Amino acid sequence: MTSPVLGKDLLGLEELSAEQITLILDTAEPLKEISERTIKKVPALRGMTIVNLFFEPSTRTRISFEFAEKRLSADTVNVAASGSSVSKGETLVDTARNLEAMRIDMVVIRHGASGAARFLADRIKSNVINAGDGTHEHPTQGLLDLLTLRDRLGDLRGRRVCLCGDVLHSRVARSNLWGLKKLGAEVAVCGPRSLLPNAIDQMGVQVFDRIEAAIEWAEALNILRLQLERMQGGYIPSLREYNRVFGVTRERLDRAPRDILIMHPGPMNRGVEIDSDVADGPHSVILDQVTNGVAIRMAVLYLLAGGRPELAEAAKG
Amino acid sequence: MSGKPTVVLDARSMARTLRRMADEVVELFSGTDDLILVGIQRRGVQLADRIANFIDEREGVRVARGALDITLYRDDLQTIGPRPVVGKTSLPLSLDNRKVVIVDDVLYTGRTVRAAMDELADFGRPSRIALAVLVDRGGRELPIHADIVGKTVQAASHLRVDVQISDIDGEEGVIIVPREAEGEG
Repeated sequence: MTSPVLGKDLLGLEELSAEQITLILDTAEPLKEISERTIKKVPALRGMTIVNLFFEPSTRTRISFEFAEKRLSADTVNVAASGSSVSKGETLVDTARNLEAMRIDMVVIRHGASGAARFLADRIKSNVINAGDGTHEHPTQGLLDLLTLRDRLGDLRGRRVCLCGDVLHSRVARSNLWGLKKLGAEVAVCGPRSLLPNAIDQMGVQVFDRIEAAIEWAEALNILRLQLERMQGGYIPSLREYNRVFGVTRERLDRAPRDILIMHPGPMNRGVEIDSDVADGPHSVILDQVTNGVAIRMAVLYLLAGGRPELAEAAKG
Repeated sequence: MSGKPTVVLDARSMARTLRRMADEVVELFSGTDDLILVGIQRRGVQLADRIANFIDEREGVRVARGALDITLYRDDLQTIGPRPVVGKTSLPLSLDNRKVVIVDDVLYTGRTVRAAMDELADFGRPSRIALAVLVDRGGRELPIHADIVGKTVQAASHLRVDVQISDIDGEEGVIIVPREAEGEG
């Protein structure tokens, strides 16, 4: 099934127009209410089969997708790389083709290789949703961050958002960058130069070498997770050193000229990139991001499930 | 084809009709106890509000109002594709033992009303659900019947019945136009 508005797949925000992004956010808005009901379920995707294919460990994203799928009444199957034929050496395409032979409608994929979602999307008929591929993109995280910002700041044109920390390894940062730029926000990054992409200056973003300067400038900080499992490469001297120079702390925020929204895609390293009293503080919208994630994923699933527009007229009434 | 729209109700006759429908709601339930008027997005919501205002005026009460978007309950996602934007649903958390009046602008195939009843069932078990529509245009595809009807018209399938509400459309009234001009389902 190909959506008349989004196409077959959701692979990244780089490919989407501002109108398409706004449509997803506008669709997510009323879907929030479903999760507040006693019976948290609507029949929109009844009879559709969705496979969550996770080649990398994930808790939040996988559960969020699963809730979104179930609240739209889709049937879901979870496949994790360990304990499946993947661990026996089956290729990605073979795994997906076997699933497709069992007549599925959509695949949600998380994979460690950048471009894995696109690779799969080009080879199977089912809709493919990228749930994070390597250091490339994590579009639904980008969208839920945009929704959370829009809830608090309204129109994002001209609003100032700073992505802090490990931008180099972060697919969340990349999706945020594309999404924020398309919606007209001003974007900055802040982190040690070793954790910023080389050509970052050419991306039309401001670069802050000091977190104090970022705090003085920004209306919202999206604090990226310092990816401890990728730290063997010697990008930073030590975690304590990182916290001392780049950690977002209450003392630093107290000196800000305005209230700053605090975001974090999780899982947090408390005491490294973010201090506990900031994460749990009055300006933190970290749990709103999680709540919005379910609505955003429902919106994406619903829009991608769309049918053939040429029949729309016949079905009116 | 460019036929001139046929006016079914003008603004003044529409107001009269809604006032009469308000009286019929109160009569149907012998009062306003446990009553809630639930409009179907989009124009049903405005109409439910108008009718409720008339009831408030007459009876000196404040009748409960709700809004329902049935987009996610439709049985034709595969053929129409998703509506670009889903409207807001706002209902009390429980409709147990309430008397619910579904309010919509035009009753046609009955599929919208079926979807609305499915959705209401997810909010509890009302003691009674009634249906009030401003226009019944015939053409039912399901065994569904309105309890309160503002105006009955016979409109062939190539025609569209449009209810216009000043808050949304700038004008007020009911018109019949050829279907080629795009509009709501």
